[in-house]
Amino acid sequence: MNLLEVEDLKKHYPIRAGLLRREVGRVRAVDGVSFHIAKGETLALVGESGCGKTTVSRCILRALPVTSGAIRFATGDGEAAVDLATLPKRQIRPLRRHMQMIFQDPYASLNPRMMVGDIIAEPLKVNGVPAAERRDRVLELLELVQMPPGARTRFPHAFSGGQRQRVGIARALALNPKLVVADEPVSALDVSVQAQIINLLLDLQDRLGLSMLFVAHDLSVVRHVSDRVAVMYVGRIVEVAPTDALYRAPLHPYTEALLAAVPAPDPTRRSRRRVAQGEVADPANPPPGCAFHPRCPYAVERCRQERPELMPAGNGRAVSCHRAGELELAGVR
Amino acid sequence: MQQTPMAERTALAIRDLAVQFESEQGVVRALDGVSFDLHAGRTLGIVGESGCGKSVTARSILRIVDRPGRITGGHMLLDPGTPQEVDLAALDPESKRMREVRGGRIGLIFQEPMTALSVHYTVGNQIIEAVRQHSDVSKEEARNRAIELLREVGIPRPETRISAYPFELSGGLRQRVGIAMALAGDPEIVIADEPTTALDVTTQAQILALLRRLQAEKNIALMLITHDMGVIAEMADEVAVMYLGRVVEFAPVQQVFAAPRHPYTRALLRAVPSILATPRQRLSTIGGAVPHPGSRPTGCAYHPRCSERIGAICMEQRPRPVPSGEAGASCFKDEAREQAA
Amino acid sequence: MSVSTASDPPASDPRASDPKAAAAEARYAEATQLQLTWWRFRRHKLAVVSLFVIALFYGIAIFADFLAASDPHATDARRSFIPPQGIHLFDENGFNPHVYGLRGVRNPRTFQLSYSPDPARKLPVRLFTRGYTYNLLGLIETDIHLFGIEGGRPGEGIFLLGTDQLGRDLYSRMMVATRVSLSIGLAGVTLSLFLGVLLGGISGLYGGWVDLLIQRLIELLRSVPTIPLWMGLAAALPRTWSVIEVYFAITIIISLIGWTDLARVVRGRFLALREEDFVVAAELSGASQGRIIFRHMLPSFASHVIAATSLALPAMIISETSLSFLGLGLRPPAVSWGILLQDAQNIQVLAGAPWLLSAAVPVTLVILAFNFLGDGLRDAADPYG
Repeated sequence: MNLLEVEDLKKHYPIRAGLLRREVGRVRAVDGVSFHIAKGETLALVGESGCGKTTVSRCILRALPVTSGAIRFATGDGEAAVDLATLPKRQIRPLRRHMQMIFQDPYASLNPRMMVGDIIAEPLKVNGVPAAERRDRVLELLELVQMPPGARTRFPHAFSGGQRQRVGIARALALNPKLVVADEPVSALDVSVQAQIINLLLDLQDRLGLSMLFVAHDLSVVRHVSDRVAVMYVGRIVEVAPTDALYRAPLHPYTEALLAAVPAPDPTRRSRRRVAQGEVADPANPPPGCAFHPRCPYAVERCRQERPELMPAGNGRAVSCHRAGELELAGVR
Repeated sequence: MQQTPMAERTALAIRDLAVQFESEQGVVRALDGVSFDLHAGRTLGIVGESGCGKSVTARSILRIVDRPGRITGGHMLLDPGTPQEVDLAALDPESKRMREVRGGRIGLIFQEPMTALSVHYTVGNQIIEAVRQHSDVSKEEARNRAIELLREVGIPRPETRISAYPFELSGGLRQRVGIAMALAGDPEIVIADEPTTALDVTTQAQILALLRRLQAEKNIALMLITHDMGVIAEMADEVAVMYLGRVVEFAPVQQVFAAPRHPYTRALLRAVPSILATPRQRLSTIGGAVPHPGSRPTGCAYHPRCSERIGAICMEQRPRPVPSGEAGASCFKDEAREQAA
Repeated sequence: MSVSTASDPPASDPRASDPKAAAAEARYAEATQLQLTWWRFRRHKLAVVSLFVIALFYGIAIFADFLAASDPHATDARRSFIPPQGIHLFDENGFNPHVYGLRGVRNPRTFQLSYSPDPARKLPVRLFTRGYTYNLLGLIETDIHLFGIEGGRPGEGIFLLGTDQLGRDLYSRMMVATRVSLSIGLAGVTLSLFLGVLLGGISGLYGGWVDLLIQRLIELLRSVPTIPLWMGLAAALPRTWSVIEVYFAITIIISLIGWTDLARVVRGRFLALREEDFVVAAELSGASQGRIIFRHMLPSFASHVIAATSLALPAMIISETSLSFLGLGLRPPAVSWGILLQDAQNIQVLAGAPWLLSAAVPVTLVILAFNFLGDGLRDAADPYG
């Protein structure tokens, strides 16, 4: 059963100019994105800056209003799925306990004026959990994220980035959410600490059966933590596939370019690899046809004129490329 | 003992460099006896986590360490062993000589190129200014040189882009301009401080390729500072691994990845997520976090996190530093292994 | 897989070996933001000194009547323009603080009365003497004063800073003026704070046309030259109003501009904080708007507001002083620094009695102290500074 189904999600920002602030154009930050997340599954949303992955994650949590589309969320409590995209803000609030977020910057995401225990207890308090129960739950959560119980009475400034990120994770898990949105949760951390947090996330997935939307730009991290991967480029998903299949045999030329660009930690593989030329397109002014065509080494005339749709490609995969059937693309092994 | 190839001319020799930051909270030894060489046409990768001193090293070489910090010991010999040899550590940071070195002999590429570029002037103005600072040419010549530099760093249509303001350019193009700025004085040494960290992965690959090409064309001695083992594997000839202000291992790049000698290097390599991982593959981790340089552990600074400690000696004594120019690790376990061999 | 085996146990704390460092570490770790702010504030020596100076002045304001030596409103034509008197600590019998009595001599040419000390007449200075009756802290009726002379004839007294034209003791008047000037500053700043936080908060929280309206209002108010605006408003106050009514009217007038600065600070902080991850986190946990504002946002910028307030206070005090100096603020019989300085307006009077200018000293001291304090607070308030 799918916990979350996103259908044709759009988030446009108007560009206004002139004295009357008339709309002269639109930044199509997210332009028709569809995907689903099954119960207990981790879907990674990857792409380069400006591709819209963070906007998608904020729309799903309704931290941003949605331009159009549907976000169907099944709490699973025997109730029908609700469409978060159209629900008024007041009716979103009781649903918030089911979907929580882990932030990128562990220094900005914890209130410096609250003790760690209060930070973790805050979602419990807001949702009416009695004080005695809150205390036990906080201790339980601290243990879950491998923090000492004494951390409760300390302030965030006493902790390192990795420890703060653990606190942020504990807060996100406090209400036993059905869905956790993790926005680049390890990209601000040092290598050694990053590994600790990745392992922690893997453990939590196993132990709690978490469903997760994992937003990241680091393809190596994504390979460790996700079950499926959706690759975004200029506001659209260009390819979705189970993780292993995507890395071994990408179907979209952009996925291939992304994989080729990751420097492998192995000097003997120092490649004469082909580097994707050009720059990520501007979402305010995307190229016609396939947005990737100006950088695509396989582009043909059709790619310049006709925008490809995301089409199923078998084995739970989908790709948005006119030449998907004919190309033999290189993955990493 | 394996010798690093020494065929190339040594451009810069750093010996026992020590930098301290003094504040009310006490003295922080940001660098504590760092030694390495830069060779023409070769890339030295400096890798380490935050607080290891890699950026302070770069700033010390250029003598732009921020205020409470100062160089308290060691030498930085430019053109060592030649009649022109000069110790940068002994120069006045404001002196004419040092200003000539900065940009003229040693170029710097920043992590965020906007820190090197002014928002008030066009890209062209700034490069022309940099060109004229280091060579006595006319405005017209400097302009032609600037256009040529922009072309060299792969900026399309340099004749028009020269009159663009930095904020009109994308992150990748800005970093290319940053590289052009660093090359404006035709330096033979270039320090790149996390040059691709702020960039997207495809842009990073482009910039790394550009750095490689420029280095080969100009026989530049490149010092590449990064926290990314992938970038090191891709770019470096030799690698210096730093931890809390010291070089803990120095070796040719293949050796670092195939047979790392310091436990920290080993742990770091195992902790790096891999694009070749199997699904849900766990990483081996290093316990704890990098301590603040102000509270450096006694003995070997890595001992509290080290899983390969050999005894009390690690906590009490400082292992001998890596001999400059040779591959080695600053570790008692490695010393013991060497003696046994 | 169980969690406990998944990753290495955190290694021992490298600092644990040093008990002193560990204790300092623990102290730092458990410190509240208020403590951290205080520790940072303490590093600003000048600000700490200023804090004491300001505390001293507010102490004077509270105990003004107790500190005054003679009735600040009592006039006596026979003792006008007495120069400052020094206290003599010793006489032939040892320690016996006293002042000399005064002998008035009329200048035969100008017919002006000038005073000279009369060493023959010693007036002993004692602590806790009885004088005029007042209410201590507004509650206890008493006539005890900190010091005064014992056994003087009517009209005699101790005039540490001399007297004015009407023969009122300047020192005692200054004590009472301190109370008026400082309290009007405080009242003005309270009103500004209320307006500033309210309007700035609305502006920053709701944005849109409300924000636009408030911002334009602020710009309009700030574009009007202050002194003429005040003068116009103050001149419009009915002459028949009582001292208290004028006092409150002046407070409102000087807060009219003051709130705009605070509103901008508050609005800026709200806008910045709204984007902060920890505020978004609170929103995503389902917290109500009120809880987000009062639990998460307000504490985060309370210190900024305090710093801005302490920088706004001297402006208030200066405003009152200027208005009163110009004769447009408080009116006698009220006593404030501005009113005291008003007496020093006449250059001829000033030539004969330069001590009338001494009211400028506390003004300068307090203004400087508030500025230093504000700077110190502002630097200390930023948790990541």
